[in-house]
Parts: sequence; structure tokens; C-alpha cells
Amino acid sequence: MNDLKDVILKYVVEEYGDEDHVITFETHLISGGLVDSFSMVSLKRFLEVKYKISIPDEDASPEAFDSVNKIADLVKRFIS
Amino acid sequence: MSNIGSYEERVKDFDWSIAEKELGYKQGEVINIGWYCSDRICEMGKGDKMALLWENAGGAEKRYTYNDIRVYSNTIADFLRRLGLKNEERVCLFMDRIPELYIGLVGILKIGAIAQPLFSAFGDESLFVRLENAGTSAIITQRKHALKVRKIIDRLPDLKHIIIVDHDGIKELKEKEIAFSMEAERVEELELFPTKAESPSLLHYTSGTTGLPKGVQHVHYSLISQYLTAKWVLDITDDDIYWCTADPGWVTGTSYGIIAPWALGVTQCVLDSGFSAEAWYRFIQKYRVTLWYSAPTAIRSLMKAGDQIVRQFDLSTLRHLISVGEPLNPEAVVWSEKVFGLPFHDSYWQTETGSIMITNFPGMKIKPGSMGKPFPGITGTLVKPETFEPINEPGVIGLIAFRPGWPAMMRTYWKNEETYKGKFKNGWYLPGDRARIDKDGYFWFIGRDDDIINTAGHLVSPFEVESALLEHPAVAESAVVSKPDEINMEVVKAFVTLKPGFEVSEELELSIMNFIRKKLSSLAMPQEVEYVDSLPKTRSGKIMRRMLHAKEWGEEIGDISTLEND
Repeated sequence: MNDLKDVILKYVVEEYGDEDHVITFETHLISGGLVDSFSMVSLKRFLEVKYKISIPDEDASPEAFDSVNKIADLVKRFIS
Repeated sequence: MSNIGSYEERVKDFDWSIAEKELGYKQGEVINIGWYCSDRICEMGKGDKMALLWENAGGAEKRYTYNDIRVYSNTIADFLRRLGLKNEERVCLFMDRIPELYIGLVGILKIGAIAQPLFSAFGDESLFVRLENAGTSAIITQRKHALKVRKIIDRLPDLKHIIIVDHDGIKELKEKEIAFSMEAERVEELELFPTKAESPSLLHYTSGTTGLPKGVQHVHYSLISQYLTAKWVLDITDDDIYWCTADPGWVTGTSYGIIAPWALGVTQCVLDSGFSAEAWYRFIQKYRVTLWYSAPTAIRSLMKAGDQIVRQFDLSTLRHLISVGEPLNPEAVVWSEKVFGLPFHDSYWQTETGSIMITNFPGMKIKPGSMGKPFPGITGTLVKPETFEPINEPGVIGLIAFRPGWPAMMRTYWKNEETYKGKFKNGWYLPGDRARIDKDGYFWFIGRDDDIINTAGHLVSPFEVESALLEHPAVAESAVVSKPDEINMEVVKAFVTLKPGFEVSEELELSIMNFIRKKLSSLAMPQEVEYVDSLPKTRSGKIMRRMLHAKEWGEEIGDISTLEND
């Protein structure tokens, strides 16, 4: 699980981070304005490509993508 | 009773001088939007009234009275002047929805400079083309966005100052960068630049089908339209708490997110955070919002979040709801009436018109899905696409057309007078949309008359995305069209052919998506990339976007006689 979270965190920091924001497992990504609803599509695509899964649109809600911890929980549901 | 009272009576007796009189403006005198949004309200004895209630995602709050707006906009204006900036120079605002963005616009206008707000999610290339075209002299921004400016500064010889409003005093400032703190100093008195009705005020960039973005130039006299439409359509009164959810990087966020509410002296609130239904409802409850001006994409997202969450909050202060940006589907109107006890009122206008043109007025019977009727003083009709003659029969689809002459109409496209002139046919201004009018005079939106993509109420140029795609190392050719989307109405889809040596893969698709997101913006990022062996072209080599568009929307392809044969 930690590996999974680390991989997601690394991607989020690289793609959406900036020098002013320390992004942690708990950081609010969507409601905090770091990742908007359009960018969420590429984040979802990253997870699908990386973990060879398909996340249905109804599961890809802003709430489910609002932190690395929540994303990891979501991904875990589909890879287990 | 609403401010407008009887729509029919207002149409009969209408004259723009109604707004001029209420604002105390006489033809030929000085008219400066910055002064009207701050000093005038203070002179009316409302200096202690709250002008801005601000909150961010982290829960930080700030409050500003009208006197604060007056003083801090003076501070910004004075700072810009001391840098040597003069009237009609372009000053870009490139920030998140922080107070400096709202008050900064007022300050820029006070020195007669032209405010150029740009959406802070723009990538460096989107930023570059807009700053270069405008010949922008200064940009007011935040540290995190200054990084994008640093990437392009060498290609912008006109850009003299990069003003950073949140510098921490520790990190080194680079070339042309200067730190500024709005609240470090209170400038009580400022000599206002004496702008007149036709003095330029704002430059908003909007996407074009075939060329680079166009700078839509507005003037200080636009205030007349913005003031009266806000009063009659948004129904703003002195006691209201008003929330416009639009970002001031786009025209709704300036016309109705800064200028109109402050010229009317209302208390407005701003939430600087990403979207979540819970955060929005909590915000309405906390600030006791009464007037809510939002967008269909947001409303559909709230619908998706369900009815149950609405009941967790006290939203009983809401009294009038308005929507803009893209057509509001009938289901959203019916839903809002069910859960809020109030229907959303659709309104229609665009960057070029500067103010609301067609709308559902307070008290008027709403036909869900309809855009409503023209604002009093606006002559709106439909014209035939071939002759540009008005269509008189109800139910016939035609091009929306307005008789020019309302105060907020754009005055030109920056350095592009030819394209500006091309927007007028047979004495009508054509916004580029198709509609029909029913027997009761209600307008019903049909669609764009060009290839521009309207995603979540924001216009994206297929040309701009196609050009950027060609800079990706793997892409040989590209064509960009819209595809249907349940929440955003339309999203961007790209068709690409690959250069030799590159293989089709999901990783490549993700690379292309992220490339565009960073270069242009997340709005412009293709939500789907389809690899094709070749793109449909005319015999003269022009890509036939409409064939790809028709495929995405399940429409008839139409005439393909000019299609190139393989």
C-alpha cells in the first residue's frame, strides 16, 4: 500500500506541484484547487495505465480524488 | 417586487440614460470604472459597508470594506504609477482568486491603464501569445505563477515589470521581478486618471477558430450596461449578499464578479478553492448568500452530487439564481426548483458583448431550456446565414444577431481591426451562435456556427490546440474537435497521426494530454486522443474538422465532394 501511495504522490507532485506547496498523502487536491476537474482526467488515465485497471466514471468523483490517500484506496479496490 | 418590474414596460420606455442618471454620469464627463467601484460608494456614505468577503480552500478568511477597496486600489495604482506605468499601457492580472486580483483591477483602471486579466491555469505558451499580442508592460502575479513568466520573459521585450504580490522576502527575485504588498501601505488620496467614455478599460482574450486568441477591447462606458443589467437581471439590491462563481480570468468574472457588483455597492463573496458540492453549499450557508450567479457545468456537477447533500445545509437565504456560460439544460432548471425552491435563470452573452444580452428576467415565466428574451434596449433577432436578412417566422433556425450600439459592446479586437469588422454583416453584430425563436419571443440555443469548443463555459480554439500538439515530438498531424460530455457539455478530443518511429500506446496518450495541459491549460487538454493513419483533408490540403466532429456527435457528415482521394 505504501508503494502505491508513494508512486501516486510522486506523480502528483511532479505533474501538479509547485515550489510553494508541500503535497502530502492528506493534501486536498481537488477541493484545495491543486488539481481541477479537467486535470483529474489525466490523473485518472495515469492510474489506469500504470495499474492496468479501468476506473468507471461514476467512481471517479472529485471526492474520491481529493487526496493521495483516497486515490490509493480507490485504486486498491480495482487491483485487488 | 424585482428591480426590473414589468419587462414589457421596461422595453417600451427604455433608454440607457436610465443608468447614466443613476450613476450621476453626464455625456462628455470623466467616467472611470475604478472610481465608480470604490470612491463613489464611499462618497455615498457606504465606506464601512463590506465589499468583499473572501475565503480560500484552507479556510483562511479576509474581509474588506468599500473604504478598504478604495484605499488599497489607490495603493496599487500609486505603485504602478511609481513604476512609470501610464494610461493605456496593458497591465496583466495573472493570479488565483485572491483579493489582489479583484482590487488590482480597480487600481489599474484608476490610472487609466488597460487591465488584462488572464486565467491563472494557463500554461506558459497560452500566457506568452496573449502577453505578446497585447504588448503587455507589467504583470501582477503570485510566486507560483511567476515561474511560468520566467520561462517566457526572454521572448517578451515589452514586459518591463513582474510584480509579485506574495513574495516571502527570502527567495531571490529574478530579472524584472519586484515584490509588492497591497496591505503594507494605505494610500488615502490618489489623483484619478480622467478617463472618458471611450477610453479603453479591459482587454479580455477569447479563442478564435483559425487564428491566435483575439484581444477583446472594452471601454469605461461599458459600466452603463454592466450596471443596469446587474440591477435588472441579477436583481442586485443593497441588502444582498452576492456570489459570482466565475473566475475573473474570464469576462463574467470581471463584468459581474468585480465591476457591476461593486458599482452597485453590494457585498460580494469569493471562494478561492476547487469545486466540491459540500464546500459550495457550506459557503452559501456560512455567508448567507442571497444571489448566486453560476454556470451550467457547476450546476450539473451539483446535480450529480445528489439531493441528499443539499438537505444538510441551510440554504434558505438564497432568493435568486442565475446561470451563464453555455446553454442551461432544462433538467437543471427543474432540479434547482426542486431542491432550492428556485429555478436557475439562464443568461446569454459573450466576451465581445461585455454584458448580458438575452436572459430570463426575475418574475418572467421561465421556459426550461430557453435563453429567454433580449435585455431592454437590445435589438436581438435571428438572420439567415446566406443573406443576413432577419428571419420573421417563429421556429426557424438562424444566426443570432444584435443591432450594434449598446454601451458594453467591444470596440475592437486588439491589433486586429479586420477580424473585428468581419463580425458585422448587413448592419448586425453576429456573435457566432445559432438559435431559434418561438412564437412567444423566447430564444432557444442551437449551437455554435464555427469550430470553437465550449467546454464548461470556456471557449477553446481547436487551432491553438492543434498548433501546440504539433510541438509534441511524436505528433505529425493533428485535428481537434469537441465531443459530447455529460457535465461540461463539450470536451476537447484530438485526432493525431504519429511521426515515424513512434508507436501507439496509452503512455503516449497520457504524455500528449499532459503536454497540452502544461503548455496551454487543463481546459485545452484533450480528454481523449485517437490515433489515426491519416486525417480527412480537402483537395487543397485543409483538414476537414467537420467530418470528425460529425462522427463524434453522431451527425450526418454532409457534403464531402471536396474530400481528398487517397
